[in-house]
Amino acid sequence: MIKARVTVTLKNGVLDPQGKAIEGALGALGFDGVGHVRQGKVFDIELDGADRAKAESELKAMCDKLLANTVIENYTVSIT
Amino acid sequence: MKSAVILLPGLNRDRDMIAALTKIGGKPPVTVWQTDTEIPDVDLIVIPGGFSYGDYLRCGAIAARMPVMRAVAEKAAKGVAVMGVCNGFQIVVEAGLLPGALMRNASLKFVCREVKLEVANADTRFTSRYEKGQVIRSPVAHHDGNYFADAETLARLEGEGRIVFRYAEGTNPNGSLNDIAGIVNDKGNVLGMMPHPENLIEDAHGGLDGRAIFEAALGRAA
Repeated sequence: MIKARVTVTLKNGVLDPQGKAIEGALGALGFDGVGHVRQGKVFDIELDGADRAKAESELKAMCDKLLANTVIENYTVSIT
Repeated sequence: MKSAVILLPGLNRDRDMIAALTKIGGKPPVTVWQTDTEIPDVDLIVIPGGFSYGDYLRCGAIAARMPVMRAVAEKAAKGVAVMGVCNGFQIVVEAGLLPGALMRNASLKFVCREVKLEVANADTRFTSRYEKGQVIRSPVAHHDGNYFADAETLARLEGEGRIVFRYAEGTNPNGSLNDIAGIVNDKGNVLGMMPHPENLIEDAHGGLDGRAIFEAALGRAA
C-alpha cells in the first residue's frame, strides 16, 4: 500500500480572509513577528499497490478533478 | 415552457424554487435526482440553493461531480437555459460551466439580509424583462459568495457584458470582485447568481422584484 499526502494551498494573489483572521489572532495571543498566514488543506490518502509512479499520476488526476480548485488553489503530492 | 429542478442531498431551497417556478410558470417543474443521468426535455434547468454535501471540501465541489451534472453540462452545451442560485451558482462554477470561484465571504460571516442588485446586462434570456441599470431588491443568504476570478477572466467578463447582476448602493455583502452577484457563460444560456430571486416573487414576500427573471427564462408574459 502506498501512503500519500496531498497539500492544497491558495495561489498567490488570492485573498485568504481565514488566513488573515488567524494572523490577527496569533498577534492577539502575543506571538510577535508573525508574517503572512495562509490557510490550506491536507489530505492523507492510502492507495492500493506499490507502483509509485502510477500512484503519483493518479493523485495528480485526483487533485485536478476534485481535491483542488485550480482556479484558486495549487497542490503538491508527496508519497511517503 | 417546461422546467426542471435538480435535487441533491443538503440543498434546502429546492422547495422555494419549485414554488416559484410553479407559480410563475403555471405548472410544477420536474425534479431530477443527483444520480439520474438524463434530464427530460425542458427549456430551463434550475439548480437551487442550500448546502449540498454539507459544503464539504469546497461549496458545491462534490455536487458538481455527481452524474446529473454531466447531464446538465450536455443540456447546457445544446443551448438549454441553466440557472444556478446560491449553492447552485457554486455548483455550476465547480462544474466548470462558469468561470471563477466563490470563496469565503470577506467578513468570514454568514450573511442573511436584503441587498440591492443593479441589472448590468438586460440583454440576456434571464434579464430581458428588466431595464439595464435598473436596481432591484433581492435577499441573500450565504457564507461563500465572494466571487473571484483572475484579472484576465474578469476583464473578459466585463468586456463581454457577462456580468449580469452587481451588488449596488454599497450592499456588496461578501467582498466579491467588481461587486459581482451574477454572471453568464459565453453563450448566455447559463446564469449563476448568489442572491435568491425566488424569495421575492409574491406579495407575501414583501416584493416582486425577482419575478422578472423567471418570467423571462420561462418566456411568460409579465
